Amino acid sequence: MIPAAFDYVRAGSAAEAISLIGEHGDEAKFLAGGHSLLPLMKLRLAAPSVLVDIGRVSDLSYIRDAGDHIAIGALTRHMDVENSAVLKEHAPLLAHAASHVGDPQVRHRGTIGGSIAHADSASDLPATTLALGATYVAQGPNGTREIAATDFYHGFLQSALAADEMLTEIRVPKMQGAGWSFQKFNRRAQDWAIVGVAAWRRNGDSGVALVNMGSTPILATSVASALAGGASVSEAAQLAAAEAEPQNDLNASQEYRVHLAKVLVRRALEEASK
Amino acid sequence: MTVTDDRPASVLGTRLLRREDPALLTGEAKYANDLNIPGALHLAVLRSPYAHAKILSVDVSAAAELPGVVAAYSGADLAGLWASPMPSAWAVTTDMKNPAHYPLASTKACYVGDGVACVLATSETIARDALELIDVQYEPLPAVVDLEDALSDRVVIHDELGTNSSYTWDLKIEGTEGQVAQAFADAAYTVSERFIQQRLIPMAMEPRAIVAVPQPFGGDMTLYSSTQIPHILKVMTALTLGIPEHQMRVVAPAVGGGFGSKLDVYAEELLCVALARKHKVPVRWNEERGENAVATIHGRGQIQYVELAADATGKLTAVRVRIVADMGGYQQLITAGIPILGAFLYAGVYDIPHAYDFSCTGVYTTLTPTDAYRGAGRPEATYAIERAMDVLADQMGIDPMDLRKRNFIAKEQFPYTAFTGLVYDSGDYLKAAELAAEMADYTGIRAKQTTQNVPGATKRIGIGQASYFEMCGLAPSRVLASLNYSAGGWESATVRVLPTNKVQVVSGTAPHGQGHETAWSMIVADRLGISPDDVDVLHSDTAIAPLGLDTYGSRSLPVGGVAIAMACDKVIDKAKKIAAHQLEANEDDLDFAGGSFTVKGSPDRTMPLAAIAFEAFTAHNLPDGLEPNLEAQVTYDPPNFSWPFGTHICTVEVDTETGNVEVLQYVAVDDCGNQVNPLIVEGQVHGGVVQGLAQALYEEAVYDTDGNLKNASLAEYLVPAASDVPNITLGHTITPSPTNPLGVKGIGEAGTIGAAPAVMNAVIDALSGLGVTDMPMPASPHNVWKAIQAAQGASK
Ligand SMILES: Cc1cc2nc3c(=O)[nH]c(=O)nc-3n(C[C@H](O)[C@H](O)[C@H](O)COP(=O)(O)OP(=O)(O)OC[C@H]3O[C@@H](n4cnc5c(N)ncnc54)[C@H](O)[C@@H]3O)c2cc1C
Repeated sequence: MIPAAFDYVRAGSAAEAISLIGEHGDEAKFLAGGHSLLPLMKLRLAAPSVLVDIGRVSDLSYIRDAGDHIAIGALTRHMDVENSAVLKEHAPLLAHAASHVGDPQVRHRGTIGGSIAHADSASDLPATTLALGATYVAQGPNGTREIAATDFYHGFLQSALAADEMLTEIRVPKMQGAGWSFQKFNRRAQDWAIVGVAAWRRNGDSGVALVNMGSTPILATSVASALAGGASVSEAAQLAAAEAEPQNDLNASQEYRVHLAKVLVRRALEEASK
Repeated sequence: MTVTDDRPASVLGTRLLRREDPALLTGEAKYANDLNIPGALHLAVLRSPYAHAKILSVDVSAAAELPGVVAAYSGADLAGLWASPMPSAWAVTTDMKNPAHYPLASTKACYVGDGVACVLATSETIARDALELIDVQYEPLPAVVDLEDALSDRVVIHDELGTNSSYTWDLKIEGTEGQVAQAFADAAYTVSERFIQQRLIPMAMEPRAIVAVPQPFGGDMTLYSSTQIPHILKVMTALTLGIPEHQMRVVAPAVGGGFGSKLDVYAEELLCVALARKHKVPVRWNEERGENAVATIHGRGQIQYVELAADATGKLTAVRVRIVADMGGYQQLITAGIPILGAFLYAGVYDIPHAYDFSCTGVYTTLTPTDAYRGAGRPEATYAIERAMDVLADQMGIDPMDLRKRNFIAKEQFPYTAFTGLVYDSGDYLKAAELAAEMADYTGIRAKQTTQNVPGATKRIGIGQASYFEMCGLAPSRVLASLNYSAGGWESATVRVLPTNKVQVVSGTAPHGQGHETAWSMIVADRLGISPDDVDVLHSDTAIAPLGLDTYGSRSLPVGGVAIAMACDKVIDKAKKIAAHQLEANEDDLDFAGGSFTVKGSPDRTMPLAAIAFEAFTAHNLPDGLEPNLEAQVTYDPPNFSWPFGTHICTVEVDTETGNVEVLQYVAVDDCGNQVNPLIVEGQVHGGVVQGLAQALYEEAVYDTDGNLKNASLAEYLVPAASDVPNITLGHTITPSPTNPLGVKGIGEAGTIGAAPAVMNAVIDALSGLGVTDMPMPASPHNVWKAIQAAQGASK
């Protein structure tokens, strides 16, 4: 539980953070809330030689109404996402999902940007923003670019971000009154999901994404197309795992995960259809 | 005329807040890891990554060269330091096979986590970094993970023993020869079940921490350890290291929980002391959480074959039990005896004839050693009988509560001499069961089941019960002798009234979260008629409290607390002599109440204890021949075990689609006789119930076939948190123990003993309509789902 030795520098702005990362090269890592990175370091599963602390880049902590979408600064803590009046009105699914992340301590430290940049398929916010059709904004030495959530997740803990790119903003389309549901199935309240489902429905449209059903968060496109094609909720739910490649672990076999995904997608769609 | 009694009501039985808590809750309490010991070197232990492997070579040279490293040793390097192997205090049979076990292995590693080398360095970080530089060559051997595979001796772990079986301990009791077999032949109903007690990791909140401090001159050694047993540890360390016992002092500072896992003598304690002697500097060691999961003992780990025979009315006529108990790679302090502590309880709270056939085989595996874990043998036994009773009721088509009522030992039968010859001192099992049933609305829930658990229902409710009793206190010493246990079961107390009427109590118990300081001060306050605030409780330092047998087995109150009450009485007897002398009265004419002696019939001829304490101190005017000062010591060896009992009822709702179990209600009715402090009793029951519920629903040490622990962190080993446990509704009945002057019984383990079977009976009850008759613990969503799938597959 003692990490390998490392150096620590604190950045005052995104630009400074990016130049510090550039200076220190491959062995450097951004430190946001530290609630994914530090546990890995304590177990010596990660051993960066330099940490660039972006935790105090306070101008990246915001939630703003930007017309057709809500813009969320990458350094916004889970607790602020959970309690945001703007999000409760325009993207209640995201605010609600944030309330299910870990425990209150984790939610006060962890950031939405850290959660997405970490790209853990078992985390709640990557799948939720994926279901909502979010766009992520990344800033690097050569300026900023937008990355669609659908293009962002490349593999287990792997994303489209380059090593010297910093995630700065998350843009979530307004839900415009869509029905929604977040189903998190876990054994203890503080745990990651064994399987989770984030879903919304509005008229013929829908979005369904799965937590912990593969090496990346999974967009269940077959479910959405089935619904668009007039399938019933139970019929569509049978396709829940069509895009998934779930793993076996201590909490669930592959077979059980697939079963859970179907049950939870059905329940999510039922709730979202109310 | 109205007579008013203006004596203060006794503090006994009140909900006095725990005096321990302010320091614990504000972080002021000092744990072993908090002790600031200048110049201490840090020990780190290299652990085997293999469950079973020959150690071909150990090269510590690169580690020794790392700046900051003072020394690095292999097991072989240290072999000369041990006067004897690690202690094992319970040879349950005369021919028990027990391999020599040393603090570091030198020829073979027998579990993942077995220490094979160590480093001493100037900081903990350097010590742990240096471990990575030690080169150990292993020849991996096949792991032995499954108990029945271990019994087959396919792979023998300890070559020198020639077998993995350590012992077989039998207890066959028959009124007439062949009675058990006859009872099964004649039975109207028989039950035959195989239950698994999965391995559990105790996970005390504080991992272990140790500091060994050699005194600069004369060879004295002080060992600070996060232990439940400073006294036993002192003797064992002295013996194992060849240190004269009077030169060993052991101190248990604040200790953050143990649950039996700190009732042991560990390799790291011996290493710290041995290396502190060798290097003549303090040596300290802190356990990491992941290390704690493999290097501190585990609990449970049994396969149980349980058979019941019953007549046509459901009355039990015989019980037959076969146990295979997992010792792990070696025996620790009392490993072999743990299943034996349950051996007498497999007939539970039921009145059975002399027809009992118990046998337990202890077997080695290549896993972390097992030892005492909250309840130690008794939760396992209670689970087996209480689950089997539900199976029998199901077979007979009667309500399990009804079946239990037909079999309870009746109130009138107490004191009850059981088939084992043990005397259950007191009890009213029916009363506790009826109170629990009423509190849980047992009949209401049964009615609700008929409307809710209909075919196709995906939310099914279940109600389950466990009626338990247990034998704790773990005394008298003579009975322990008959079980081949190598220590006694007495406890010591000294009560010392200081000249200013403040009181010091010296107790041989070693609290690690229980609240002894509060409870012991209440006993003294009640006895001596003073305020608990005027009582200081001294303990857990063998220099201050030299006599004692420490804290485990729910013994502290029924043995140690009773010793304190008796020491108070001895003090009062002496004080009475002084009062009689100074009041010029006959001792028989004196009453003692509210802290004062008064001559019967002359309320103005009175002398308070405060005055007597000062007289005893000045010794100016004492009766002839009476020694000065007011102090008494008592060593109490109880005449019987302590026999608490109760009924727990759990109501669950099972989601049959996901397998999720939600506990809707948990009612615990416990009877521990008189309660010194109900607040502390409730805390013990809450914690105990949560640990039993955790076995039923959450916890299991999971190993792969190579003997690797798969869930060695708190993210994966699911200790339930506050948000995961239901509100627990407590009730109690009070049946004072007739065998001790306080009328008290142990309550430290009762909650755990009752909870696992109550929860599992509820889960199975919810699913009985689907054909589910049993499932392994924990009833995780995955296990519940698999059980439903299997039952439905079978019915198709
Ligand atoms: C006990 C516990 C329980 C938890 N339970 C859950 C749960 O139930 N559900 C859940 O979803 N999560 C859970 N988490 C994870 C938590 O949400 C983390 O806070 C989050 O995943 C990471 O955010 P962070 O700000 O702490 O990132 P950090 O740990 O600081 O960083 C994580 C990774 O992202 C990189 N990074 C961080 N910010 C940026 C950025 N702006 N740009 C580029 N790279 C960046 C870092 O370099 C690092 O590689 C839990 C964590 C703990 C400790």
